[in-house]
Amino acid sequence: MSGSLLTDVTMFVLAVLVGFEVISKVPATLHTPLMSGANSIHGIILLGVVIVAGSARTPLEYALVAIAAAFATANVVGGYLVTDRMLEMFRTRDGRRGPA
Amino acid sequence: MSAVEQLGYLAAAVAFVLGLHLMNSPATARRGNLLSAAGMVLALVITAVRLARNTETMTGPVVLLAGVAVGAAGGALLARRVPMTGMPQLVSLFNAVGGGAAALVAVTEYVRLSPAIGAQTTVSALLDVVIGGVTFTGSLIAAGKLQGWVTGNPVLFPGRRAVSVGLVAIVVAGAVWVLITPNVPVLVVVIVAAAAFGVAMVLPIGGADMPVVISLLNAFTGTAVAMAGFVLNSVALIIAGALVGASGTILTKLMADAMNRSVIAVLVGGFGTGDGGPAAVG
Repeated sequence: MSGSLLTDVTMFVLAVLVGFEVISKVPATLHTPLMSGANSIHGIILLGVVIVAGSARTPLEYALVAIAAAFATANVVGGYLVTDRMLEMFRTRDGRRGPA
Repeated sequence: MSAVEQLGYLAAAVAFVLGLHLMNSPATARRGNLLSAAGMVLALVITAVRLARNTETMTGPVVLLAGVAVGAAGGALLARRVPMTGMPQLVSLFNAVGGGAAALVAVTEYVRLSPAIGAQTTVSALLDVVIGGVTFTGSLIAAGKLQGWVTGNPVLFPGRRAVSVGLVAIVVAGAVWVLITPNVPVLVVVIVAAAAFGVAMVLPIGGADMPVVISLLNAFTGTAVAMAGFVLNSVALIIAGALVGASGTILTKLMADAMNRSVIAVLVGGFGTGDGGPAAVG
């Protein structure tokens, strides 16, 4: 179809390949923090909420934007904070080896 | 889009990739998370500045800020207050709202464009709302099971296979209908059926397998976000969503391996159709 769709599909496929490769041998203790870290990244949907907020013109659209904004922001803010809290715990338990 | 904006989104994408990579090792994990957060702030600031410059009415930004304030307060409060033992269900809850937001973004854009919607946007929006709908309810059930609000035992109700097959059939039929005749009410039916499928998918799985399920649903949300990127033609959403979808899938396999389980065995756990719902629409 259009050139922009082709570019989008190219980006998608390359990002999928990077995603497959970026996770290597992860120690089991890091599984949950890593899951939480990836969880925060998809909070980028908030960017999509900002875009639709700019074009919304009806009460229904405004209501959907408000709910989506609350959901997406909770994902971003909560996600990064909770990941940091998990890793903080990890560092304390493993503190002697890591740099202070 | 200006060159500065594009370079900013590129920098954010690099921060996400490097951040995830640094989180593979205990010594650098915390730095990785901070780098990823910095990328997120950058991407959001660029988009917010663009909205502030181009906005015609104030209602959109005001509504947006109200939602952001509520979400930020709720997310921060939960992230600080929930005890360490409650972390997995909290991640699942954040994953649920992320999937819900991805679905709502597509719905909002669909409602705005309807009925003059091209096939490309419709297909992306359908994939987004189906995957997002399954993730939203599935993650809530997973969180409920870990928290003890939903029984941790596999719930094996009679006729569950027929129910799941029926829900998939409704999703597929509704999707075809929406493709032929752009239609908001039928889109809502598709979302409700997908959400019901999310419940039916996670209920039969035992509580001990929940971490693997949450990781899989996390990958689902990433994919839903990428689909939202196709709806809005936003490269930043496509890259970040695809990155999480793929890395989340690998992580799901690693977690299942660590428990000596296969992902398929986890999903089948008393349940026949596996995760065929989202795939069936593609």
